[in-house]
Amino acid sequence: MPLFHEIGFVLNGSPIRLSVPVTMTVLEMLRGPLNLTGTKYGCGEGECGACTVLVDGLSLNACILLAVECDGREITSIEGLAADPAAAGLRRAFVEAGAVQCGFCTPGMVVQGKYLLDTRTGTDRAAIARGLEGNLCRCTGYRKVVDAIERAMGSTEGAGGD
Amino acid sequence: MHNSDGSNTAVTVRAYHVPQSVSTATALLAQGEAAVIAGGTDLVPQQRTGSGTWQPVLVSIRRIKALRGVREQAGQLWLGPLTTVSELLCDPLIARYAPVLARAADCFASSQIRNAATLGGNICNASPAGDLLVPLMLLDAEVELSCSRDGVISMRCLPIEEFLVGPGSTQRQPAELLTGIRLPLVDAARIFVFEKFGTRPALDIATVSVGLLAVAAGERLQQVRVALGAVAPVVLRARAAEAVLEGRRLDNEAITAAVAAALEEINPIDDVRASGWYRSELVCNLLTRVLRNAVVS
Repeated sequence: MPLFHEIGFVLNGSPIRLSVPVTMTVLEMLRGPLNLTGTKYGCGEGECGACTVLVDGLSLNACILLAVECDGREITSIEGLAADPAAAGLRRAFVEAGAVQCGFCTPGMVVQGKYLLDTRTGTDRAAIARGLEGNLCRCTGYRKVVDAIERAMGSTEGAGGD
Repeated sequence: MHNSDGSNTAVTVRAYHVPQSVSTATALLAQGEAAVIAGGTDLVPQQRTGSGTWQPVLVSIRRIKALRGVREQAGQLWLGPLTTVSELLCDPLIARYAPVLARAADCFASSQIRNAATLGGNICNASPAGDLLVPLMLLDAEVELSCSRDGVISMRCLPIEEFLVGPGSTQRQPAELLTGIRLPLVDAARIFVFEKFGTRPALDIATVSVGLLAVAAGERLQQVRVALGAVAPVVLRARAAEAVLEGRRLDNEAITAAVAAALEEINPIDDVRASGWYRSELVCNLLTRVLRNAVVS
């Protein structure tokens, strides 16, 4: 019987209290008891980014983050971005750029894209590609993902880019 | 590999603590059988892949404010062990006094890992390929280790070179907590290089890494430091190579002699990333390139 620990956090804008096994990851918590299956299990080792979530605004790999370590924090998953008006431009850009092939990496790409939009570390293609280095697409459809994020950055700036 | 409920069958975690102070944390560690968790980017995957097991007690140190921050203190640069790799990348004091550390942070894993992984974690994980260990060796970093005895906290300070013992092995005693990293405050212009070789730029563990720190005086280098990663049980200072280079005109002859000296100092192994022979070739080529570029710049 694993040790359980009660935690409280804000998930996609709503406060939640939950008792979880101390060694359960955020990914297991989201996909299991919380039944939010948008966040994907890819490698389970923090290598592929399919499980990317935002915690207090930072993009993290949910597969190697213990749920108990999120006590008192704010988690945003892809389901949160699906309902977030501030992410509308990003969602539309992914659709318009056709930045989806099989779709398995897409939730992680969108969440990381939101992180790049929010942190504004760089808006050129090289900086966007660099920002996506922790997200693998096994269909190798990277170019359109970069297109989408570049487009979203342009639209939120009210300009079409360079 | 791992169970669906996230538990590890080998060891059951029977207690989880989130202390808010160093004294509480060290008191918990003093009771034994405890693992410290900070960013968790090494600890959690190590359980998943079976290369590590949980300890019965898990001590999360993320709420300890005294372990955060970067500041000038007593003539040194003090870095909190909870400083994340992302924070190292954009800290103005590190940019000023230890840019080689920021450079290595820029080569570290991926955006998501950099947001979680901590400086203290990279040090205590003691990987022979640890990206931040190369610059810390170049910078003569010291680590503060604190422990609690009868309610009194005592601290000792060790050079990083002494602290690192072998792969995954350090001088940290189970009751000790890494509570700070100290760097000398050197404001002088220094040449710094960190080069990491891997099969892709991101998310790769270094096959070999090379670091150089020196003061340029015309065509000569002074106060030369060379550190090499993933070529020995610990990240090492190539002191024989440094001695060859010190104050000498950096011509082809000097570079060849320095590389030859470095190759005598390393002891690379064969593993999944490369053979020992290949690692030696990499050290030869990377160090040659780094030194040639040092003259040009």
